[in-house]
Amino acid sequence: MVTDDAGQGGTAAGRDNKTGHQGGAGHSMVQLITPAGERVSHPEYDPWLKDVSDEQLCSLYEDLVVIRRIDKEATALQRQGELGLWPPLLGQEASQVGSVRALRDDDFIFPSYRENGVAYCRGVDLADILRVWRGAASGGWDPYTVNMAIPQIVIGAQTLHATGYAMGIQNDGADSAAIVYFGDGATSEGDVNEAMVFAASFQVPLVFFCQNNHWAISEPVRVQSHTQLVDRGTGFGIPSMRVDGNDVLAVMAATRVALDRARRGGGPTFIEAVTYRMGPHTTADDPTRYRDANELEDWAAKDPIGRVHALLDRKGLFTEEFETGVRTKADAVARELRAGCIGMPDPEPLDVFKHVYSTPNSWLDRQQDHYSRYLATFGDPEVATQEEGAR
Amino acid sequence: MTATMIKEFRLPDLGEGLTESEIVSWKVGVGDTVSLNQIIAEVETAKAVVELPSPFAGVITALHEQPGTVVEVGKPIVSFEVKDDAGIQPGPAAPAEAPLPKREPNLVGYGAVVESTGRPVRRQRTLLTPAETKAPVVEPVDTKPAGTNPAERPRSTPPVRKLARDLGVDLEKVAGTGPGGLISRDDVRNFVGGGDLPAAAQELAAPQSAAARGDREVRTPIKGVRKFTAAAMVSSAFTAPHVTEFLTVDVTPAMELLARLKESKPFAGHKLTPLTLVAKAVLIALRRNPGLNARWDEANQEIVQFNYVNLGIAAATPRGLTVPNIKDADRLTLVDLSAALADLTDTARAGKSSPEDFSGGTISITNIGVFGIDAGTPILNPGEAAILAMGAVRKAPWEYQDQVALRQVMTLSLSFDHRLVDGEQGSRFLADVGALLADPAMAFAMA
Repeated sequence: MVTDDAGQGGTAAGRDNKTGHQGGAGHSMVQLITPAGERVSHPEYDPWLKDVSDEQLCSLYEDLVVIRRIDKEATALQRQGELGLWPPLLGQEASQVGSVRALRDDDFIFPSYRENGVAYCRGVDLADILRVWRGAASGGWDPYTVNMAIPQIVIGAQTLHATGYAMGIQNDGADSAAIVYFGDGATSEGDVNEAMVFAASFQVPLVFFCQNNHWAISEPVRVQSHTQLVDRGTGFGIPSMRVDGNDVLAVMAATRVALDRARRGGGPTFIEAVTYRMGPHTTADDPTRYRDANELEDWAAKDPIGRVHALLDRKGLFTEEFETGVRTKADAVARELRAGCIGMPDPEPLDVFKHVYSTPNSWLDRQQDHYSRYLATFGDPEVATQEEGAR
Repeated sequence: MTATMIKEFRLPDLGEGLTESEIVSWKVGVGDTVSLNQIIAEVETAKAVVELPSPFAGVITALHEQPGTVVEVGKPIVSFEVKDDAGIQPGPAAPAEAPLPKREPNLVGYGAVVESTGRPVRRQRTLLTPAETKAPVVEPVDTKPAGTNPAERPRSTPPVRKLARDLGVDLEKVAGTGPGGLISRDDVRNFVGGGDLPAAAQELAAPQSAAARGDREVRTPIKGVRKFTAAAMVSSAFTAPHVTEFLTVDVTPAMELLARLKESKPFAGHKLTPLTLVAKAVLIALRRNPGLNARWDEANQEIVQFNYVNLGIAAATPRGLTVPNIKDADRLTLVDLSAALADLTDTARAGKSSPEDFSGGTISITNIGVFGIDAGTPILNPGEAAILAMGAVRKAPWEYQDQVALRQVMTLSLSFDHRLVDGEQGSRFLADVGALLADPAMAFAMA
C-alpha cells in the first residue's frame, strides 16, 4: 500500500492510487488529481463530479488561492500586533474548499478553529472571520446567517454539538445535513468518540470530516493511533472513507457521497482527509523544534494548489488572463481583510453583557447596572461625587 | 496633497502572553523603502524565531533597537515615513486624555487591579510640586526626597544605573537632584568626586582611564545555550547527590589495539580514537552493571531502568556545551559506533543537531582529555545516573611486570547519582571499564 500508514509519520501520502474504495480494513486513499496534476479516473467517484465544469474547476482554484492569501495576510497581521493569535491553515486548502463547496445552503457547519477557509467559502464577512482572533468579540458572527457555527477552541467538543444538531434535523424530518470539522488529535478525545457512538446509534445525518494534518501541535499522528484514523470511524460502524486531502476533487466527491447518504437517511459518514499542516500550529508555535525539515519538503511536493494549477495547465485553461484575475481577486480580499481588521472598533466594556441570554435576565441586568455605575466613576467627576454622597 | 507622517511600530506580543523578544537581525536599514508585509526583521521569542512583516509601506527612518537586544513588548522598534493616507487610518482617533495617570477600568469578576479598599474610589493623584523636591545639595548622602517610599529603589534611568554599576556606586547612597529625586549622571559623577569611594573606583572614574575601563570587563547577557546549560547544571547539581570516583589505568594495551584496528580493513576510512574504545568499554561494562543506565523519576517515585543505551557525548560547540546522544548505542558494532561518534560530533560542531539528538540520553561520556586534562568531577546530564570523564592519555612511569616502565596511562572520573547508584555498583562499573581498557581481551570475559 502506498499510503502513509499510521506509524510512518508524514511520509508518502499521495502517490498514484487508482484503486480507492470505501469500507473494509486497510483503506486505500482516494485520489483524483495526482500531485503532478494528472486527472485520474475513478469509476466509483467520477459520477459525483459530472457537473464540475471547467469553469467550476477554475473557481475552485480561485478559492484555494484566495484562502492561502487570507491565511498569509492574517499571519502577517498577527506579527504586526493586529491579531492576538492566528491558526494558519497553509497546506489544508483543498480539504477545506473541497468539503465546504459540496454543501447546500441549508446544511450546517460546525468548525474547529482552523476552518477559516471554510468560513470564507461559506460567505462569512472577512472582518468577522478575524473578530475573535483580534480579541474584539467572543464570537465573530451570527451562526444562523450563514449556517456555520463560530470556531470551537475546545478540541473536538463541536462533534457533540453537531451530533445534537443532526438529531434535530432528523426530528424535523428535513433532508439537510450537518458537517463537523476536527483534526487527527481530536480523534483521541472522549467527546469525538462519544459523538460517533451517538451519531451511529441514532443514524443522524452528519459528516465527520477529519483533516488528518499529521500533527496535534507537536504530537505526530503515529503516536496517537496504531491504525489509520479512518479505521476509528469503521470501529463505530460508521461508513468511512480515506481521501487525499490535498486533492480538492477527491475531497469534494467524498463529501458529496457522505451528504447523499445523510440526506437519504443512511446515517453518518467518517471522512479522513489526509493532508498536512505546512505551517505552525498557531502563530505562537515553532514547528522546527519538533518537525523534520525533510517531511515538510515531501509534502510541499504534494501541494494542493500546485496540482490544480498543473491540471488547468494541461487543459489549456491556465491563461495569463485567468492568472491575473485570480491574483487581483486575492489582493483585493487581502486588502479588505486588512482594512476590516485595522478599522475594527474596540468593543465597549458593556458589550460583554450582550449575547449571554437570548431573553432578559434579571440577574445579569443587575450585574450590568452595577458595572455601568462602576464605569461611571471613571467619567464625569461630579457624577461620581454625587454617587459617593448618596451612599 | 501627499503629506507624509512618521509612524512608529511597537514590538507586539508575538506569542501568547509574551513580555519580551530579542531582535535577532534587521533585514532593512534606515532609508530603505519597504512594501507592506515585506520582512523587516527576525525576532526570537521564548517560543520561536519569527519574521516580522512590515506593517506599512514607506521609508525606514529609524531602527530603535540593535540586533541582540531583548526588547519589552510595546516598545517602539522601528519608525517609518508613510504617506498620510486617511483611508487606511484605523478607526476613530482616541479621545484626547488628561495628562494625569489614568486608572483602567477592569471587567466584572476580574477583581480590582490596584485598590485594596473594596469599593472603587476615584483616586486623586497629586504631582509633587517643585518646592517639595528642592535639591538637597549639601545634605547627607542618605537623604531621600520627601514622600519617597523607603522600599522603592532610587529613581534613575537605565544609562545612569549602568554608569553607577560601572563605577561601583551604590545608588541608594546617592542623592538625586532631578524632579522627584531622580538621580542624574552628574549626581553619580559628583558622588564619585566626593571622595568616599574606594581608590580603585576613583581611578576608574578618572577620564583618562575610560578606554581601559571598557576593556577590563566584558558583560555578556546570559541567554541561549548558556542560559539553558546553567539551569540544567544547577538543577542537576542540586537535585542529584553526586559522588565522583577516580581510577587511573595503564591503557597501553588499548592504545596498541587501537593502532592495530586502524590498520585493519573493516576500519578503513573510519575515525578511531581513544573515545571510541572508551565508549565501547562503557557499553560492555553496562551489561554487567545495568544499574548505572537508569533514571531517578522523582515525579512518579520510580527508578527507571533502561534496557537500551542512548549514549550521550558532551560536545563543545560554537553555541556552547551540548550533549547529543547516540540512540541504541549498545546495539552497534565497533565500526558503526565509530561512525556514529564521528557523525554526532560533526553534526554538533556544525550546530545542526536536532532536538531529538538531545533527548532521551541514558548515560554520558565527556572527553576532557582532548584539552590535556587528567581528571575532574563531571556534573550529571540531567535525568541520567552516571557520567564518565576520560582524561588525557599520557606517557608516565608506571608499574609494569614488577618494574617501573614508561606506559600510557589515563585517568577515568565517574560521577553517579547516589540516590539510585550505591558505591559498590559505581565502583564495580568503573573497575570494569578500567579493566577493559587495561586489557581489551577482558571483553571476552564480560561480553
